Amino acid sequence: MNIIVPIKQVPDLVEELEINEEGTDLNRDAVKYKINEFDDHALEEALQLKAETGGAVTVLALDGEETDKMLYTAIAKGADKGVKVTGDFSGGVASHVAAKAMANTIGAMPYDLILTGVQAVDDRDGQMGVLLANYLGVPHVSVVTGVKVDGGKAVVHKEYSGGVMAEFEVDLPAVLGIQAARETPRYVAVSRVRQVTKEATMEEVEAGDIAVDVGSNIRRMMKPEKGARAEMIEGSPEEIANKIIVLIKEKGLKK
Amino acid sequence: MSQDIFVVAEHIKGKLAEVTFELLGKGKELANAKGGNLVAVLLGNGVKNLASEMGIANQVIVVEHANLENFNPETYGTALAEVVKAKSPAVTLVANSSMGMDLAAALSVKANLPLVAYAIDVKMESSSLVAISQLYGGKLNIESQFSGAGGIISLLAGSSSADKGRVAGSPAIEAFAAPTGLASPKVRFKKLIEPEGGDGDITTQDILVSVGRGIQNVDNIPQMQELAEALGAALSCSRPIVDGKWLPKTRQVGKSGVKVKPKFYLAIGISGAPEHIEGMKDAELIVAINSDPNAPIFDYAHYGIVGDLFDIVPALTAKAKG
Repeated sequence: MNIIVPIKQVPDLVEELEINEEGTDLNRDAVKYKINEFDDHALEEALQLKAETGGAVTVLALDGEETDKMLYTAIAKGADKGVKVTGDFSGGVASHVAAKAMANTIGAMPYDLILTGVQAVDDRDGQMGVLLANYLGVPHVSVVTGVKVDGGKAVVHKEYSGGVMAEFEVDLPAVLGIQAARETPRYVAVSRVRQVTKEATMEEVEAGDIAVDVGSNIRRMMKPEKGARAEMIEGSPEEIANKIIVLIKEKGLKK
Repeated sequence: MSQDIFVVAEHIKGKLAEVTFELLGKGKELANAKGGNLVAVLLGNGVKNLASEMGIANQVIVVEHANLENFNPETYGTALAEVVKAKSPAVTLVANSSMGMDLAAALSVKANLPLVAYAIDVKMESSSLVAISQLYGGKLNIESQFSGAGGIISLLAGSSSADKGRVAGSPAIEAFAAPTGLASPKVRFKKLIEPEGGDGDITTQDILVSVGRGIQNVDNIPQMQELAEALGAALSCSRPIVDGKWLPKTRQVGKSGVKVKPKFYLAIGISGAPEHIEGMKDAELIVAINSDPNAPIFDYAHYGIVGDLFDIVPALTAKAKG
């Protein structure tokens, strides 16, 4: 079974995000990137499926910030192959454009299952996985937590609200938007990544025609208004604890 | 293209989702601004009765088929695309929910329409459509302007009032013929799986101590449990805690967990991603402890503490016991 996992870097939200002077994008020079955490879950689920049913896992990424490092890290974790999709992807890429580039590339490869992260923090124009499935003309299920593959079919669990899930049977090939892998995504030692970087070869593929009219543009990017921001409690841990207890008592809740 | 605003009605187990009423309320504003009709699109099987709850709509388009009985990304996507292509509404509003995620992006490709997702507001500015999306984990809002007259917008739950959209009535019903191609889908609904009970119900608690990624590892759960017990509270959590199997799924507050409205909600090490906020913003009093002064949780909390939770939690536990 050939499992494809498109992965991407997103701004690390632990860092402060700066907006550029025009107010239309992040100040990308100041951004620290990390792998989209849902993509990391998609990769983990792919590696778990591979361990269960055999097959090969190929990771794909659009050429951009630290793409090689991200792909080599995925290989160090157990992916069999990394493919860098080349083209002009500077300054962030709309989901539609990314999906088109992935569809062009994946469409020319053998695949049974495509696992994507269910979403990313910068999916302004929609979730890449569902767009990709529709460009490829294959079925999709998003917000998936459980995947079992049996022959040419997958049985998946899709999460709804309130802890309810729906079970679907899906003919392969298909795209699944992974919400959470069955296990916490694995870590890999930096030394192992370094070793893989020396040994593994990275395939490069031209993205081809990625002209898609996204149909909207960013007029303004802004930090949310802080009008109703919390009243801050300061002091020593004991003083803070006292204040919290007072608040609870004021609600008539504490003995 | 018509001037109409379409709202995709979401339903499960024979009931319309709360977010559908939010969309209908917002859709009505847009329809008034554009001078068009508000139209609900209801896909299902034997669901016509739900139309009477959508009295705010001028019309409800109903598509019924055995393979639309339960939500299905493929059959719902196909049917919705056929309706939208046939009627060409100015704007189609979809919930940015689990179901809506499969629908909105699919519709964008199938009907070749632009999509803006994660919207918290939509408005007409003269003749152009503007959507404001909440992205980057709630840290940034992005205002998008559509190039053409319309498109698809997926709205986050809780972005507008459901009460405005909840109007009983008898809107005109149009039965839209189910498209061919629904008969043998590649995606087949099997069953709904209800959450396992038996671990207590966090929705009925007066006080919740809710923990997130900031507690760092599973070994710190007992310490948090101790605090919860000392406060007479139950322990709940955000998504990463459940993904790490540190606490059972029944304790998860948020979009894919449960919505809670306790009298007192203490968020510890929870940054406040929109998915979590959706589940707890209606708590009566929210106090948040986080090391990041810019964490979005402080925009929803009534009281905030910027500091090391591992200093504050022991002090609070001692105080609560004493």
